[in-house]
Amino acid sequence: MKMTQPDAGPRSIPALIARNAATHRDRPAYREKDLGIWQSWTWSQSLDEIRALALGLLDLGLNRGDHVAIIGRNRPAHYWSMVAAQMCGAVPVPLYQDAVASEMAYVLGHSGARFVVCGDQEQVDKVIEAEESQHTVDRIIYTDKRGMRKYDHSRMTALADVQAQGRAARARLEAELDARIAELDYDSTCVMLYTSGTTGKPKGVVLSNGNVIETARNSSAFDRLKASEDILAYLPMAWVGDFIFSVGQASWCGFCVNCPEGSHTMMTDLREIGPTYFFAPPRVFEGQLTSVMIRMEDAGRVKKWLFDRSMALARRVGPALLDGRSVGPLDRLGYAAARLFVIGPLKNTLGFSRIRVGYTAGEAIGPEIFDFYRSLGINLKQLYGQTEATVFITQQPDGQVRSDTVGVPSPGVEVRISDSGEVLYRSPGTFVEYYRNAESTASTKDAEGWVATGDAGFFEEATGHLRIIDRAKDVGKMADGSLFAPKYVENKLKFYPNILEAVVVGNGRDYCTALINIDLTAVGNWAERNNIAYASYQELAGHPQVYATIRQHVEEVNASVAQDPMLSGCQIARFLVLHKELDADDGEMTRTRKIKRGVISERYADLIDALYDGRDSVRTETEVTYEDGRKGKLRATVRIEDARVHPAARDAAMQAAAQKVAAE
Amino acid sequence: MNEHSMTADLEPYTTADGRRIGGVMMDLRNITLRFGGVTAIKDISFDIREGEIRAIIGPNGAGKSSMLNVISGFYVPQEGEVWFRGKRRPALRPYQVARQGIARTFQNIALFDGMTVLDNIMTGRLTMMKSGLVAQALWWGSAEREEILHRERVERIIDFLEIQNLRKTPVGRLPYGLKKRVELARALAAEPSLLLLDEPMAGMNVEEKEDMSRFILDVNDEFGTTIALIEHDMGVVMDLSDRVVVMDYGRKIGDGTPSEVRNNQAVIDAYLGVAHD
Repeated sequence: MKMTQPDAGPRSIPALIARNAATHRDRPAYREKDLGIWQSWTWSQSLDEIRALALGLLDLGLNRGDHVAIIGRNRPAHYWSMVAAQMCGAVPVPLYQDAVASEMAYVLGHSGARFVVCGDQEQVDKVIEAEESQHTVDRIIYTDKRGMRKYDHSRMTALADVQAQGRAARARLEAELDARIAELDYDSTCVMLYTSGTTGKPKGVVLSNGNVIETARNSSAFDRLKASEDILAYLPMAWVGDFIFSVGQASWCGFCVNCPEGSHTMMTDLREIGPTYFFAPPRVFEGQLTSVMIRMEDAGRVKKWLFDRSMALARRVGPALLDGRSVGPLDRLGYAAARLFVIGPLKNTLGFSRIRVGYTAGEAIGPEIFDFYRSLGINLKQLYGQTEATVFITQQPDGQVRSDTVGVPSPGVEVRISDSGEVLYRSPGTFVEYYRNAESTASTKDAEGWVATGDAGFFEEATGHLRIIDRAKDVGKMADGSLFAPKYVENKLKFYPNILEAVVVGNGRDYCTALINIDLTAVGNWAERNNIAYASYQELAGHPQVYATIRQHVEEVNASVAQDPMLSGCQIARFLVLHKELDADDGEMTRTRKIKRGVISERYADLIDALYDGRDSVRTETEVTYEDGRKGKLRATVRIEDARVHPAARDAAMQAAAQKVAAE
Repeated sequence: MNEHSMTADLEPYTTADGRRIGGVMMDLRNITLRFGGVTAIKDISFDIREGEIRAIIGPNGAGKSSMLNVISGFYVPQEGEVWFRGKRRPALRPYQVARQGIARTFQNIALFDGMTVLDNIMTGRLTMMKSGLVAQALWWGSAEREEILHRERVERIIDFLEIQNLRKTPVGRLPYGLKKRVELARALAAEPSLLLLDEPMAGMNVEEKEDMSRFILDVNDEFGTTIALIEHDMGVVMDLSDRVVVMDYGRKIGDGTPSEVRNNQAVIDAYLGVAHD
């Protein structure tokens, strides 16, 4: 699809970076914590590093149209690799670094990647293993030299050596490189990202420079992002959001991308950087809130009293102050004191002292969690998007933020609801195609460019905000014909800190049931506090007192679901606590932690049968995959309990219906 | 006796996985160690070669830890000679023990619980710090430059052992498996040429054992450190080591590659027990 092109302005990511190297010369572009010290590169230094890498890739024989897979954690070198590949006319394909070799083999084979950039030895090993079935890879480039000495180096090179090779070949290849960069425009491919896919094999979403730059421009204007922003790049590089924030918006605005030492130091690095613009999926915010609450439980009485008082006030007036609504002078004074003694230090501990805009997306966020951050004065907002839209479909404008909507259409995006209730959109960010999958492209994107999201939703009439109900294909009917929306109930369950994941079953059945995962951090802390000994996750999950707590949560959710006459059929009549955590390595979730219903109903078929045949316990055996790819078996006896169902609303509705029938 | 009794099979060689094994680094000749009337080690001889991973195994009370203490120079045997780097080693004073390039970890973790991980590892470099007490206290002049240099070395080890997230955590708050790793880090901070590990995997679960095995192999591979270790987990020993010494009741009953030792009847008897009739 041809894009309307502005006459001036850079039309590719490499061109944007060249512009930044001229206009933001000495501003920091990338930072990385290495050996405990933050190292930084300015835009002009970054351009030099990227060009050296691109020259090296040319020298190694990278052709136009080749695919370059990038597998590793967030590091400047890996972002540079993506830009350098594009400079050579090749297509960068970032992959999930925690994928097992078989998943990697599929994606490498499907993209036909000739070059692979690996973060470390672990990734190299996986690529070599994947090569047993896929023979597309010509050259492996690795970033971290550790443990790599003994490998066959006939077609393997360290990234730093590729750069050195590129610098040496500058005179010979510079003209060729500049020619290839000049060929790039809005229509050339910027990146290919594989969607994690809750069903079927992953699909390669092709995004053009036009998609990425237009989206970056619109979304940066929406939140008034500037060159002085600092972001923390810690989400998987294979995820579209990271590409837009850390490459798209960063090169558009010229702000700085900060890379943590590793995933396990993310919280420390967050505090040290203090980002001004921050994105996190709800589970990160939940995790932070849980750890704050756990630590407050251990605090002394005075501190706890101060914290509780301050937070109570903050919850009352914080969001109002953030939205610029009027607040009484006494409350203002109180909030100022709370900010001095509690809120300020707390924000500092969390790493949110400088935050100006924060986003969350991907899953529904609990209203308590959302309100907690907003009451601290953190401008946390929600957005709704997907890979095919280059992220942005809707987002919440400042001052119009609520936990149950996802906002208004992003600038440049048209959204409408189909007759069947599905959300459709059309935007400058609409993807080019699914790579080597014309059939799926055609069934997702129609001739006029409208894309079906697969989500059921509606616009609120009063505010014009979009509300998402559930995945359209997950919405079903119970045996008695009432509406079944599993996600709606699961989200309510997951808002309890003790519950990490929940899977609700009930499509076509007489009643709903749930498989529940406990949150080991929260429940483990509770167990410690109450002197409950346990040897394993499995034992804790099966503990009678844990069951009692979870039943209480389920019954509270039932009470809340019963309020909604349309969905009251979705109350949980029976539930069980799973003996293992749902895991992406076992294929039960996507790498972005979305549950795969098909896989779960297959793997736990015996448990689900037991939920419906009235047994109160079931002996089960589950195959598990360890982190190194080996398989093992987990045996357990899982208990099943009944939960109280609140008949009120539903019966009332039925009685009303019966009366109506009688009246007629 | 000449300084190096090099025989033909002691020529340097390269292992199947590409590590280079050099000549003899430490030669223990006819070592006997007694505590009063108890003879802990009886006339044992074996050597440790440059770059190899050498395991010492045996049932409880076989004298393994005593042997490790003889190697480190902490115990002085009543009989026999210890040859280190081609020289006969005399009885050492404690500070000489620390400076000869041999570092160790302990069976029962011996870290400073109240200090952070970083500070604990820094203590491993104490013997290398040259500046005086006053300069260090004031953090002035050479003391500052020295600390930066040492800190960088320590940071490399922290990076190597993947404990970046624990720098500022007091050791007392760490779980057992991580304390073992910190202890290894402190031993590495001394940049030893010979590293002694006393039951590095004791009390660990399978995952922690795998991690520790990987770190031991990586230390040997990346830094070229020679390693002598005591371990009870036979699977680990057989996978990790180049050569194994087997001890029982203070005597050496076997010495060779893992497969040789595994098929040695005396070793099998010692481990499985024999019928005495």
